[in-house]
Amino acid sequence: MSLEISSLNVSIADKQILKDFNLTIPKGEVHAIMGPNGTGKSTLAKALAGHPDYTVNKGSALLDGEEIFGLEPDKVARKGLFMAFQYPVEIPGVSIANFIRAAVTARMNKEASDAFSATAYYKALYAKMDELKIPREFTARSVNEGFSGGEKKRCEILQMAMLRPKYAILDETDSGLDIDALRIVAEGVETMRGPDIGIVVITHYQRLLNYIKPDVVHVMYGGRIVKSGGPELALELEARGYGWVEKEFGALV
Amino acid sequence: MDKSQSLLGDAVFETHLKSLRDMPDWLIELKKEAWVRYKALPFPVRKNEMWRFAHVDGLALDDFVHDDTQGKRECELLICDCGADLNFSDDAHVGGKTLSEELAKAGVLFMPLELAIREHPELVRKHLFERMPDMGSEKYQALHVALFSTGVFLYVPRGVQVELPLQSVHSATREGGSVFPHTLVVAEEGASVTLFDIFRSSKENIRHFACAAADIYATAGANVRYRLVQAWSGNALAFHLNSATAGAQSVVDAITINIGGAHIRGEQHGRIIGKGGEVIMNSLSLARGKQEIDQRTLQTHDAEDGHSDLLYKNVLLDQAHTIFSGLIRVAEGAQRTDAYQTNRNLLLSPDAESDSLPGLEILANDVKCSHGSSTGQLDDEQLFYMLARGIPRRQAQELLVFGFFEEIIAKIGNPHMADYVRQLLQDSFSLQ
Ligand SMILES: Nc1ncnc2c1ncn2[C@@H]1O[C@H](COP(=O)(O)OP(=O)(O)OP(=O)(O)O)[C@@H](O)[C@H]1O
Ligand SMILES: [Mg+2]
Repeated sequence: MSLEISSLNVSIADKQILKDFNLTIPKGEVHAIMGPNGTGKSTLAKALAGHPDYTVNKGSALLDGEEIFGLEPDKVARKGLFMAFQYPVEIPGVSIANFIRAAVTARMNKEASDAFSATAYYKALYAKMDELKIPREFTARSVNEGFSGGEKKRCEILQMAMLRPKYAILDETDSGLDIDALRIVAEGVETMRGPDIGIVVITHYQRLLNYIKPDVVHVMYGGRIVKSGGPELALELEARGYGWVEKEFGALV
Repeated sequence: MDKSQSLLGDAVFETHLKSLRDMPDWLIELKKEAWVRYKALPFPVRKNEMWRFAHVDGLALDDFVHDDTQGKRECELLICDCGADLNFSDDAHVGGKTLSEELAKAGVLFMPLELAIREHPELVRKHLFERMPDMGSEKYQALHVALFSTGVFLYVPRGVQVELPLQSVHSATREGGSVFPHTLVVAEEGASVTLFDIFRSSKENIRHFACAAADIYATAGANVRYRLVQAWSGNALAFHLNSATAGAQSVVDAITINIGGAHIRGEQHGRIIGKGGEVIMNSLSLARGKQEIDQRTLQTHDAEDGHSDLLYKNVLLDQAHTIFSGLIRVAEGAQRTDAYQTNRNLLLSPDAESDSLPGLEILANDVKCSHGSSTGQLDDEQLFYMLARGIPRRQAQELLVFGFFEEIIAKIGNPHMADYVRQLLQDSFSLQ
């Protein structure tokens, strides 16, 4: 069981961003992707999630053997792919509670969703919110509206916790978090870690990886993965920057 | 349907006069004059600025009749725990819960209008038809005066606070028929009250005509919250010709919810006549099918230090058409006026059309006024965010529409009423 991405070519506004991108995330593993700004990390996440602005010119993504390209974004999500947005979107007038509830019930059949009581829902929601130290008043607030950067990121992880995806791509979920929040969010992700989920963390900072120890670290450059290794690769990047990557792999891309 | 009682012939008015019981002469005179005015005034034409963008062809009234005999009794509909309610069916009072003894003792009146005319003529006469909006529908205003037979009279004496909201429901049940409900609210100095005024048809598809008028007076320091729910049948032609008058330091806070109707013409004139008066005008409309919702507003500042705030939000589906035409008019002496007007339209279909005509006419020099309008589609990024959580497209659109409306719904100020409105919107949305 895995999320298997092969020969993926993606362009936006006629500009090719991902070039023959290959990556396989087996269930039960955590992979980190690091790479300079503009290299296509978010493009990868959004293309997988089915964002209409990104054109998949070639390639495939098999989620436990099933092709997800060509499916509507909501269908991809219900198949079990979750993306935590780098820039979560504000939705005025739609409360967190209603939003997450709609997402949860979208995964149920009619009977189950009719039987899903408000009490059961709030119980589950409050439990996760407490874990992530999100004040309960947040349920009544509009989705991400007026949230601080860190609150938005925490709320992304809350959604992930409620939706229990098979594969999750966390796009810079650590950016904007203060030191305590980083630990809380990382612990939240760690709790979800297990044999039934494959996780990709996109990050610029080694610090997150102290909390969420990745099985594999990939370096992305120029729209593809140019180097993979163990956690020590993240330390190397932190120490040396990306200059050497450009020198070594610049010619390839 | 009795064709001899067409709204275009004199017979209908004669029958109406005969049906009236114990009405004072002054009222009969008003009605006779109004009928003459109605007959003399022309039907609207599009080149008249006050009918710009409107489809006027359907307004000729040639296939509607009026019938003064009592229709069938409509079932009661209680939205919330209310202080009292009045139920009307085809312009006849058919029941409701009376006011508490305490409020009645305090002098609050909440009764069918014709009863009030008989029992409290001096209170009713002072304001009845005193200030109609006069915003293009003068012919229909005259018809309303000529043919109205009942409605709501709400009177709150000086200093009395009515805590629980009051509710009235006006139902139309007759195919091809017409109703002329009138609402008159008078709040004396320092009084406070909330009225939910609900307009509906007994069946979803009946075609009928409604020409309603609501007239609200807040005397110095009074506070009136008026919530109008227009939920006529999807085949109805309806006029809502409303006016609100705010005295010194008083507040009239009006919300209009448009959900039903085939063709709706709404006129809302908010007037500030006393120093520091305040008029709030909010509206939400969900327009579907080939519906036309044509709303014209006027915020008139005739006194100093007044405040008016207007927000009209429309969502359009299918081939629906909405018109918003609003004017802020500040009189020469109305210094330190604060007046705002905003119209926002959300188009969910490429075949829908919304027209917006905001305007200002300012004769004072020390004022703060602004107006704005915007028309757009659902935000793609918001939609994608929802889809990315697995919410199906239709439901995501619905959530976004509700989110757009929530700004108005949140202002209703009563959770039961807000839920009632949400439910109506939900039902309407699922007809899509
Ligand atoms: N709408 C667009 N039109 C043109 N170019 C775009 C558009 N959206 C993204 N790009 C470009 O695609 C490239 C890849 O962007 P992407 O967001 O995937 O980078 P990233 O690796 O996530 O960077 P960061 O680390 O800064 O988040 C960038 O050069 C960006 O400018
Ligand atoms: Mg990015």
